[in-house]
Amino acid sequence: MTELHKIRVEVNGALVERTVEPRRLLSDFLREDLGLTGTHVGCEQGICGACTILLNGRAARSCLIFAVQVDGAKVMTIEGLSNSGAVRHLQDLFSKHRALQCGYCTPGMIVVAYDLLQHLPSPTAQEIRDGMSAALCRCTGYVGIIEAVTEAARERVAAVDCATPVHMTSD
Amino acid sequence: MKPAPFNYRAPDKLTEALDLLATYGSDAKVLAGGQSLVPAMNFRLNRFALLIDINRIRELEYIRIDGQVLRIGALTRHRDIEMSPLVREHAPLVAEAVRHVAHLPIRTRGTIGGSLSHADPAAESPAIVLALDGTLVLQSRTGARSVRATEFFQGMFSTALQPNELLVEIQLPVAQPGQRFAFEEVSRRRGDFAIVGVGAMVNLQHGRISQARFAACGVGTGPVRLRAAEQLLEQQVPTAALFARAAAAAAAAVDPQTDIHADAEYRRRLLAGLVERVGMRAAGLSEGAKRD
Repeated sequence: MTELHKIRVEVNGALVERTVEPRRLLSDFLREDLGLTGTHVGCEQGICGACTILLNGRAARSCLIFAVQVDGAKVMTIEGLSNSGAVRHLQDLFSKHRALQCGYCTPGMIVVAYDLLQHLPSPTAQEIRDGMSAALCRCTGYVGIIEAVTEAARERVAAVDCATPVHMTSD
Repeated sequence: MKPAPFNYRAPDKLTEALDLLATYGSDAKVLAGGQSLVPAMNFRLNRFALLIDINRIRELEYIRIDGQVLRIGALTRHRDIEMSPLVREHAPLVAEAVRHVAHLPIRTRGTIGGSLSHADPAAESPAIVLALDGTLVLQSRTGARSVRATEFFQGMFSTALQPNELLVEIQLPVAQPGQRFAFEEVSRRRGDFAIVGVGAMVNLQHGRISQARFAACGVGTGPVRLRAAEQLLEQQVPTAALFARAAAAAAAAVDPQTDIHADAEYRRRLLAGLVERVGMRAAGLSEGAKRD
């Protein structure tokens, strides 16, 4: 019999406390213990990216982390990003560009895209392709996904350019 | 699949982790970033009585300069190495190669110490540490020892680490004036393991190659120093013809594996092409062919 561990973790801004077996994967903890089924599980070997979440603000594969490891940490799932409105526009652009078909990969795609744009506010076309290669889609052929992320990046750059004079005068 | 049951400890002090290793030895497994270990556990390719999670040992997460040595704590994430100005300035070969390690959400977790301890023959980090003639510090409860990269890697997923030892630090010589570096690899898709990758250091003094260090991943049971190429290059004036000869010598000297990704002959050809390409670039004879 393996020892159980009590963990306290902040998930999407709310503190949760649970008792877990050490082998409980974070992806299963989110889906089955917390009912957050937006985090999808594709391969359980870190390849497909469907289970990508933010751990302490950094994108990570939840199938390659044990729930017991995130004791004291902050986890953000697609539900948290979606409910806060943080990825609302990305979701609209995915819809506009037909960047999904079956939708299984989409939560991971959105988290990867959000993380990419956080780190690279004005990515090149190649950087978008490289960054989005962290998640696999077996339906769309990626064209719509790349277009959606490209448009999101372009709008961000335009928004930052417009905002620049305001920052300059306020300094 | 799901991992087999195991017990779990997450010490926040190095000494506690070393005590656990001393007690449990080969019944225990160290969990660092988990980006290779956890997939293997999920597939039940391995199982352990105890998992020692070292992620809370913050004293193993650092990058610092100490005289002529760049010291990297074993728990340093690939992403932090990628973003480090110290690494970019003092170990440009590491900075260039680390961007080829998997995808960003993998690099945020995966650690350099984990990658070196795992010793996957296709991984970039072991080849780079070998090319730079790095030193690895292995610690147990009874003390620490320094092992050169040439002695650390001992074949397929095999290293000099004893069951009671933990890799705690990677020491790399600081880049010197005249040294130029290049890394390139061929993989099916961006972020995949390399089929073959080559890292090179070429030291140019007065128009001649005073020192050459080449190492490759994907052409043997571990990272492979390409000594045949190095010997051919040293003390010579760098030319395209010289690098072509060095490439042929390197390819003739390796014994690559055939697997589902590539057969031995294809790997040998890739190696020759990459040796020529990184050698030329390191020597300043070509700026092109850098794919990124």
